[in-house]
Amino acid sequence: MRTARWQGLAYVAPFLILYAALLIFPLLMGMGLSFYRADLFGAKVWTGLGNYGRLLSDPVFLHALRNTFKLVLLIVPTLTALTLALAVALNRRTRGAAVLRGVFFSSSVLSVTIVTLIWRFVLTPDAGLFAEVAQALGREPLPWLSHPDLTIPALALTTIWWSIGLPMMLFLAGLQQIPSDMYEAAALDRSSRWTTFRRITLPQLRRTLLLVVMLQTAAQLQLFGQAQLLTAGGPSGASRPVVLFIFEVAFVRWELGYALAAAEILFTLVLLATLAQYWAARPREDAR
Amino acid sequence: MNRDRMPPLALVLTLVGAAAMVAPLVWTVLLSLKSNAELLQDTGAAFRGPYTLENYGAILKGDMVFRWLLNSLIVSLGTTAGVLALSSLAGFAFARLDFPFRRTLFVFVLLGLAIPEQAVILPQHRLFAWLGLHNSYPGLILPGLVGSFGVFFMTQYFRGLPRDLDEAAALDGASTFQIFARVLLPLTVPAQATLGVFTFLGSWNAYWWPLISATTSDRFTLTVGLASAQANYAQTNGLGYLMAQAVFASLPILIVYVLFQRQIVNAIGGAVK
Repeated sequence: MRTARWQGLAYVAPFLILYAALLIFPLLMGMGLSFYRADLFGAKVWTGLGNYGRLLSDPVFLHALRNTFKLVLLIVPTLTALTLALAVALNRRTRGAAVLRGVFFSSSVLSVTIVTLIWRFVLTPDAGLFAEVAQALGREPLPWLSHPDLTIPALALTTIWWSIGLPMMLFLAGLQQIPSDMYEAAALDRSSRWTTFRRITLPQLRRTLLLVVMLQTAAQLQLFGQAQLLTAGGPSGASRPVVLFIFEVAFVRWELGYALAAAEILFTLVLLATLAQYWAARPREDAR
Repeated sequence: MNRDRMPPLALVLTLVGAAAMVAPLVWTVLLSLKSNAELLQDTGAAFRGPYTLENYGAILKGDMVFRWLLNSLIVSLGTTAGVLALSSLAGFAFARLDFPFRRTLFVFVLLGLAIPEQAVILPQHRLFAWLGLHNSYPGLILPGLVGSFGVFFMTQYFRGLPRDLDEAAALDGASTFQIFARVLLPLTVPAQATLGVFTFLGSWNAYWWPLISATTSDRFTLTVGLASAQANYAQTNGLGYLMAQAVFASLPILIVYVLFQRQIVNAIGGAVK
C-alpha cells in the first residue's frame, strides 16, 4: 500500500502548489523587499530597517495611520451597536421582519464601486440627495466630500450603510442559538425587556459579539476603495487611510519597498486585532 | 425567534432605518430615469416627472458595460469553478486520506486564513508582471484561487459525512477516486452551493486586484470599469447615464442574491456555530 499512502498528496497538490506560489511566496517576498529601497520595476538597494524608520517619521504616513484609527473607532462601535439592535428587533417569525432583514442585507451584495457611485450623488453638495433635503429644509448643504472635518464621517457613513448586513446576520444567527427555555424562565420572573436583554441575551451573545468586533476591525483597518473613489483621500490627506497610502506609494510614487514596509505594519495591526479576539474569546475558568 | 409584535418605538426606529437604507437606492433609480440635460440644471428634478428610459436605451445600444459584464462573468465563474474543484479535492484528502505530513500541511493551509489581501497584493503584482499575466483572464482569476477558507470549509464538511459510505464502497472494490467522485462528492452539494455563492459574490465585487492587474479597458471587470467611468464622469455622458450604468451593473448580483438568499443566510449562520 505504499502508493496509496502517497496518493493523498496528489489530491492536495493542486491547491498547495498555487497556495505556496501565489500566496506564501509573495508574502515572504513582500517581507523581504520591505528591507530594500526597491522600485516597481526591479531595481533594489538594501536599507535594513531604513523604510520602517522613515515611515515612523513620515507625517503623511502617520496622518494616514491616525485616519485609519479614526475610521475604525467611528465605524466599528456604531456598526456593532446598530446591528445588534437590529438583530434583536428583527429576530421574529413574521413576514415583515423577513422583508426588513432582506432590505438591511441588500446593500452588502453591491460592489464598492456601485456603493460609492450611489453615495457620491447622495453626499455631493451641488447635486446630492442630502443637498436636496437640506435645501427643502431651508439650510445650506454641507460639503461632505471636500471639508477636512467632514470627509471621514462621510466615509464612515457610507461604510456603515454598505456593511450593515453581515454583522446583523451574524447576530441573528447567534440569537437563534440561545435556548428558548432561558427566555421562558425570564418571562416567569416577569423580567423587563431590558433586564432580559442584559442578563440573558448579551452574555449569551458574547462570542458572536467578539467575532463581529474582530471581523469589522480587521476589515476597516483595510478600508480602501471607498476612500479612493469618494474623496481620493482628500482634501490634502484628511481622509487618506493607510491602504490608500500604500496604494499611492506603490503605484504613483513607485516606491515598492517603502509601500511594503507600510503594508507589513498594517498586517501586524490586523494580526493583533485577530489575536486579541482569540484571547478575549478563550474559555474562562470562572465562566459557567 | 420571537412570535410577538415589536414594541412600537422599536418598530418606528427600524422603519426609519429601513427608509435610510432604501433612500439612496431610490434616489439612484430616479436619477437614472431622468434626461441628462434636465439633471444638469437641477438634480431636484429627479423627484418629478417626466421620466424616461433614454439612459438605459443608450446603454443597450452599445457600451463598454457589456464587455465589462462579460469579463466579470468569466472571471467570477472561473474563480468559483476553480475554488470548488481545488477545495473539494484538498478537503476530501485532508478529511479522509492518510498521507505523509497531513497535519503539518493542514496547519500550513490554515495560516492562510490570517493573511489579508494588502499583505500580498504588491508582491503578487510584481510576480504576475514577471509571468506576463496582467490584462489576462488567468491573471484575474489565479489570485482568487489561493484562499484557505474553501479548503478549511470543505474539509469540515467531508469530515461530517458518515465513514460507512467509504467502507461499503471500498468493499465493492471502488478506487479512492471513485469513492471521492461517485460516493462522497454528490453528498457535498449543499456545501458546494454555499461556498460557490460566497466565492462568486467575493470575486464579482473584487476591486483592488482587478484595479491594478487590468489596465486596458477591454479587460476591465465591472467594478473597475464603473470606477473609471465615475472618476471622469464630468467628461462622459452625464449623471443620469452614469446612474443607469450603476443600476444596470447591480442587476446581475441582485438577481444572484435573491435566488441564493437561503444559502447566504445558512452560511452566515454556520459561521457562528
